[in-house]
Amino acid sequence: MTSEFMVPTTSPAAEAAPSKGRRVRGIRRALAPIAEARGLPKWVLFIGIGIVLVFVVFAIFAPWISPYKFDQYLTTSGQRFPKSGAPSGSHWFGTNIMSTDVFSHIVYGARTALEVIVIAVVISLFVGVPLGLFSGYYGGPLDRMLVLVMDAMFAFPSLLLAILVAFLLRGKFGFLGASFSGIMAAAISITVIYIPQYFRVIRNSVISVRENPYVEAARVLGAKPRTVIAKYVFGNVVQNVPVIGTLNAADALLTLAGLGFLGYGVQPTEAAEWGYDLQRALGEASGGIWWTSVYPGLAIVLLVTGLTLVGESLNDLINPTLRRRQLLPIDRAEMAGEDEVVAGR
Amino acid sequence: MSQTKPEAVSPKPSAGATKLGGEPLLNVEDLNVHFALRGGTFSRFVGGARGAVKAVDGVSFTLRRGEVLGVVGESGSGKTTLGRAILHTVPVTSGRITFDGRDITDLSDSQIRPLRRRMQMVFQDPNAALNPAMDLLAAVGHPLRIHGIKDQDEISRRVVEAFERVGLVPTDQFLHKYPADLSGGQKQRAVIARAIILGPELLVADEPVSMLDMSVRAKILELMLELKNDLGLTYVYVTHDLATAKFFCDTIAIMYLGRIVEYGPADAIYADPKHPYTRSLLRAIPEPDPTKSVPRDLPRGEIPDAAKPPLGCSFHPRCSKAFEICGWESRDLRDLLDRHWLAHREDEFEQERRIVGDLATLDVPSLRADLPAGANQTGQDVLALLDRIKEDDPHEPMWSGVRDVSDAGSSVHVDFREDNIDPPLYDVGRQRVACLLYRDAENPS
Amino acid sequence: MTLIDGELSVNTDAVMSVRNLKVWYGTARGPVRAVDGVSFDMRRGETLGLVGESGSGKSTLGRGVLRLLPDAAQVTGKVLFRGQDLVTMRKKDLRALRGPELGLIFQEPMTRLNPLMRISDHFLETLHTHEPALSKDQMRRRSIDTLGAMGIPPTRFTNYPHEFSGGMRQRIMIALALVLNPAFVVADEPTTALDVLVEAQIIQILADIKRNFDTSILLITHNLGIIAEACERVAVMYAGRIVEQGDARAVFAQPAHPYTRELLASTISLATTELHYIPGSPPDLIDPPSGCRFHPRCPDAMQVCPTRHPPTVTTTLNQQVDCWLHGPEDQIPAGGTERLEREALSVADEA
Repeated sequence: MTSEFMVPTTSPAAEAAPSKGRRVRGIRRALAPIAEARGLPKWVLFIGIGIVLVFVVFAIFAPWISPYKFDQYLTTSGQRFPKSGAPSGSHWFGTNIMSTDVFSHIVYGARTALEVIVIAVVISLFVGVPLGLFSGYYGGPLDRMLVLVMDAMFAFPSLLLAILVAFLLRGKFGFLGASFSGIMAAAISITVIYIPQYFRVIRNSVISVRENPYVEAARVLGAKPRTVIAKYVFGNVVQNVPVIGTLNAADALLTLAGLGFLGYGVQPTEAAEWGYDLQRALGEASGGIWWTSVYPGLAIVLLVTGLTLVGESLNDLINPTLRRRQLLPIDRAEMAGEDEVVAGR
Repeated sequence: MSQTKPEAVSPKPSAGATKLGGEPLLNVEDLNVHFALRGGTFSRFVGGARGAVKAVDGVSFTLRRGEVLGVVGESGSGKTTLGRAILHTVPVTSGRITFDGRDITDLSDSQIRPLRRRMQMVFQDPNAALNPAMDLLAAVGHPLRIHGIKDQDEISRRVVEAFERVGLVPTDQFLHKYPADLSGGQKQRAVIARAIILGPELLVADEPVSMLDMSVRAKILELMLELKNDLGLTYVYVTHDLATAKFFCDTIAIMYLGRIVEYGPADAIYADPKHPYTRSLLRAIPEPDPTKSVPRDLPRGEIPDAAKPPLGCSFHPRCSKAFEICGWESRDLRDLLDRHWLAHREDEFEQERRIVGDLATLDVPSLRADLPAGANQTGQDVLALLDRIKEDDPHEPMWSGVRDVSDAGSSVHVDFREDNIDPPLYDVGRQRVACLLYRDAENPS
Repeated sequence: MTLIDGELSVNTDAVMSVRNLKVWYGTARGPVRAVDGVSFDMRRGETLGLVGESGSGKSTLGRGVLRLLPDAAQVTGKVLFRGQDLVTMRKKDLRALRGPELGLIFQEPMTRLNPLMRISDHFLETLHTHEPALSKDQMRRRSIDTLGAMGIPPTRFTNYPHEFSGGMRQRIMIALALVLNPAFVVADEPTTALDVLVEAQIIQILADIKRNFDTSILLITHNLGIIAEACERVAVMYAGRIVEQGDARAVFAQPAHPYTRELLASTISLATTELHYIPGSPPDLIDPPSGCRFHPRCPDAMQVCPTRHPPTVTTTLNQQVDCWLHGPEDQIPAGGTERLEREALSVADEA
């Protein structure tokens, strides 16, 4: 029996008319906690989403937003841009040591960042989650071996591992075209270090879910293991994924910037990348040239913060153990007002 | 299903009258389900097992079509494991299970899959038995999908039919609800709907009402009875509550530590329980009506460790009717000492405790108990202590099992009788009872 | 409780005196009235059984009395413990009372004992915190005596929790609560997770407690049989209110409130001859039925029942009941005693 001591829930929008598709209802249900959110987590979520959206817009509409191409160092009339020029009317954020426009680098850098992040997160999801599912459900020697491998990868310093993989993959993706090969190599190297995270979280969730009677019920009904996993286990562990996904994205961005800073990431000829820009800008910072380092640095910090805010607030909202029920204030007058009618008066 | 007065439903006299003469549906022969125990930290690294728990220890019975068998016991009795073994969700160590003439003990998962249409389970916790991510239409319809029916309209039609049978009406209100939106009773009805939608013949119900409120239990029990009569179901009703079992069951099997200790028709067992454990269970049921309460006869002690059950009759340490051959051993001596000191004041305990040394040797089951003397004490002191204890309570049945008590210098040897017997099920009237009280010339062990 | 000039006066020789206690939670749909005006007294050494089903508010009441609810719960009313009002007391003072004066026995003993500490350590830590003046030896003695009263042998004093069975652990928990000799203990469904023999043992212990301790116990449960065995008085709770209270034996022999009667009839024991249930389900605590909250399910509902909540009346058998069947007649308008026609209840409304 559920203890009625727990604060009662309000039932989500499951009163939807039966004519609506079940998928829609299912998604609505899953997102219901977000709709019900109040107070701090809700604002944090919206701020985070807002920040991320700005960069997404930059990424998608880069050619229209950015005044110049990212590697453009000549004006239309063939004149060279100023080298490390201060911010001005024609170069809002100034120019850097390569005579390219800083603002363009920020905008195109957003595109690079998001491309890499999306590829990395998607691939690690598609590898880590199924591995975690099967490993957690079946257990046995496969599970033990995978856990060992994943723990070893986890123990490796992530940046070093990423550097190693980037080094090994350099040039291997030539068939994808010049600019994309660098992005792909960076994405793969980042992917590798995040697979263990998805694996671990999903596996642990699966282990606790699989003990539930409804999973046993599914087996008694005669469901094949893959049906049990797909319909009974997956739906109940997947709610961890959005949280890890966003937090991973934040971390992926930092790793990408780190790789770029060290020169192992996306090369400047392939695409604009904030980490690389930072590295080039370091030398001039002591000379009073701040715009070449501050803006890329700010971009990194803002996007990482935005993604982290989204991830953390999603965690607060979706994760049932952390969720603090939003309890509203009560009208004390109403409460005091209903005094008993006492016999004898 | 509209009523304005509380319903009264009479129990199942019809159940007894129906098919007790039916053909056997389920036959269980000498079933054993043992679980290996993991050892301590070290052996866990090395992967070794140490000892085993005999969750089900040699259980046999026959279940006929239309019969309701109540498997009654406390936690650790093995009743839930027995239910699961019948449904093939735990591996069987030895023995045979025959379903409708077919030996299903060693079938693989894929071989047993088609048979699952014919036997299903109703679970204890309605909150956990339904997938929170599926609405009722999907959850109750899923068995149909699994067994080959893919047409959505057909599935919906049959789900609605199942809802009507279990009383989830108006049906369209329930089709798209999720488990979190339902009350406990409604969820349990959904679980039952899911269990019957394939038209099974056998239903294993594991404590189906114990997590529901009192006022709802009767509704669900009534529903299960109706289904039994309408659909010709055969039930295995696993529970610890003899009160609800009385309404529902034709035959009762009382389980203790993996064995059946009493088995027989329900009316016989309730009217004349023969095994001391059965008697205690019956008397322990709380009764709100003050005019009807019965004096208790609670067995002493606790349920023993299933990994190392008592020697002889596994109930003997707790039994008020135990006698010489019931299986007395060293752990009973330990219990005796514990009880003795429990009954006395703490300063007496302090004094006497010094007389004996480490009691851990008594925890190893053996027919010779080696009771060491404490520091600066001799075997004589320990003997004197034992004599005092015996004087305190000369009727303690353990003494009848003691063959000899001897001084071994720095310890005392207490030798127990070796002719103890682990009772099988004896036929006594309409029942079978695993108790040495009923062992007589006609039933030599 | 006595009525003086229409006001429920405070019974000064009661250990615990609760007056018009309300616990409300705010939600988007409106306040949840988990406990909505509860009053009762407890004398020294008395055991009061609080019985109700899920949604009755009994657990909230138990914790509310000890002020163990989350801050978001709004509590009004008076909880007078030896004259001090716990509702308005400062947190610091409340904390000082918990343990030595106020105790709580939980439902699941398996999770409440620290698996890394011996039982002796549990006891010594508790005694050391609240009665540091005692010598180690005195603490040991007291612990062993208390454990002995619960049937735990002294030779097991230094064992770890996992070496005990579930029933023994619950008894150890009870001993831990009682070793400080608190004046008032709330036992929240102490036997619900346990088997029937173990439950019977614990009930016996609770019934015997009076011999060794003079603790007042508020026993919260949904099982009427337990109350009949272990409690002198009983309070029946429905939808956040106490609908009947009085001497346990008397109430069970002759229940005054229809809900009590129905609940008794629904309890399945060996003596039951017919299965009986109450149609419908416990009401929504956000929007409870008007007037008497039981009226939609009550077989004896009258016209007056939905209009106003009945006042508390003391019957001739000295039971307190909130039911228009017992009057007061002068407050029932004409025609109020006619039968109430109610809508049929379907399973959709059911528990």
